[in-house]
Amino acid sequence: MTAATTAAATPVVAKRVGPGATVQQTLTLAWRSLVQIKHNPWELLDLSIQPIMFLLLFTYVFGGAISGSTGDYLQFALPGLLVQNALFYTLSTAIGLNTDITKGVFDRLRSLPIARTAPLAGRVIADTFKQVWAFALLVGFGMVLGFRVQTSAVGLLGALALLVVVALAMSWMSVLIGLKASNPEKVQMMSFSLMMPLTFTSSALVPSNTFPGWLQAWSDVNPVTHLANAIRGLMIGGEVADPALVSLLWSAGFVVVFAPLAIRAFRSRV
Amino acid sequence: MRYAIEAEGLVKHYGETKALDGVDLGVPPGRLLGVLGPNGAGKTTAVRILATLLTPDAGRATVLGYDVRRQAHQVRSLIGLTGQYAAVDEMLTGVENLVMLGRLLGLSRAESRSRATALLERFDLADAAGRAAKTYSGGMRRRLDLAASLVGRPQVLFLDEPTTGLDPRSRTELWSVVRGLMADGVTVLLTTQYLEEADQLADDIVVFDHGKVIASGTSDELKATTGAQVLEVRPLDPEHLALVAKVVTDVIDETPEVAGGTVTAAVHDPAVIPAVVRHLDDLGIVASELTLRKSTLDEVFLALTGHRAEQATDEEEVPV
Repeated sequence: MTAATTAAATPVVAKRVGPGATVQQTLTLAWRSLVQIKHNPWELLDLSIQPIMFLLLFTYVFGGAISGSTGDYLQFALPGLLVQNALFYTLSTAIGLNTDITKGVFDRLRSLPIARTAPLAGRVIADTFKQVWAFALLVGFGMVLGFRVQTSAVGLLGALALLVVVALAMSWMSVLIGLKASNPEKVQMMSFSLMMPLTFTSSALVPSNTFPGWLQAWSDVNPVTHLANAIRGLMIGGEVADPALVSLLWSAGFVVVFAPLAIRAFRSRV
Repeated sequence: MRYAIEAEGLVKHYGETKALDGVDLGVPPGRLLGVLGPNGAGKTTAVRILATLLTPDAGRATVLGYDVRRQAHQVRSLIGLTGQYAAVDEMLTGVENLVMLGRLLGLSRAESRSRATALLERFDLADAAGRAAKTYSGGMRRRLDLAASLVGRPQVLFLDEPTTGLDPRSRTELWSVVRGLMADGVTVLLTTQYLEEADQLADDIVVFDHGKVIASGTSDELKATTGAQVLEVRPLDPEHLALVAKVVTDVIDETPEVAGGTVTAAVHDPAVIPAVVRHLDDLGIVASELTLRKSTLDEVFLALTGHRAEQATDEEEVPV
């Protein structure tokens, strides 16, 4: 019975995850979300072709009608398109998380002796990285078409930083949706029916001064308007401080409302 | 510690439904416990509680002496879990899936890689190691899923319906893998709807129905508890079927089941055989088949629950 006696001794194992291990686990899970791109070119296409298509369509189809010339419109619209794309992309966190839950990967991760926050943090880090990639791609492509940053490199980096901060704030809502939705397709639909009207009723893609009064009133409070104005200011000049401040306040509001809800939903899952 | 896995009075509600209604379990180290029951019997709920994924409403459970609620982290360090659906990242290749888990469990890059290679080799997935998991067949995914649960060299393994939905060949392959693990001294809790699977693999079996353990023991003990051995008589001439049924009814004092040209009845006393033979002989009926055998687990299940286990149609014939 020696074998049985050995097997019956309670094994000694660590009680919790150390901070170093937490960082390493988070980075491993971020790597996991990014390496997927290698095998799923579609994800890369979603991420790159769609914003480029929007850029081309808006510039060459609507640009002349809206601004008189496609070149003028491109200067106006590229910052707005960056905002639209960044907001759309925040919901990829929800889609990825929800896919993990429905496929059982989430449970597998939860059954491992790893930091409870690592799966979420890893995903958000990876998605932030993808945001930066999409930003660089759109700006780069815009420049090929004739877009010019009229402020400075600092302004450009400021625009990127502001977008990342807002996207991170919104990812709390995304996490909540990802945890609550019944399947990834629903998340996709929800993101579309939420983000589409929100971005189109703002000053992101067209100057709002031709809107009817009621729509203009809404557009003035629409957070996307403020964000688009701030990004525009940072990239081509104009007012920055006010719209940036409003955008940051909105972000703070998002965190205050959605972070507790998301954490509660996460706890009940974990 | 007598048990590697121990549970006492586990209760779990989902709204109105009682998924678990006071379940006790004990698995000694190095043994395989088969948890048998139909869909919705509470098997998965029990596994999820033992694997720290779910908190019970009442009761307590330990894995290798650690409490699944208060010492969840320690429990997680010692267990492996393979769920009903293959929980692998479909976008990653086989090797990436396993390397990711190795890294998460604190192995170095090189260790993770060699562990992944060894496991893929062992599970006959070496050729597909570099392909995305979404291109794998169902059987391959399950094997990868099982490999994934072994990266951390668990001492206790939970297999939740590991062969549900697999074709018979993949199922047999998975069985031999599980037997290999048993040889390594791993303690296993396996849930299944397949009676044959429990019969093939399990040292001990518990039968779940409606969130309760309704029977437990070894496969042989369970087959014996219902009383019963099974008498089967097939007349050479199918015309005699009704007559045979009447003879059996007279002898055992219960109405037998008549199906497929055979009269089948549970019997408690082996002495009925000569009586049946004598009666048949008196009537001049020749039997082409007359057997007394142990009940199959399916029959045990039927006797215990009053309904058949689902998907048990492929259950094998056990001739005496």
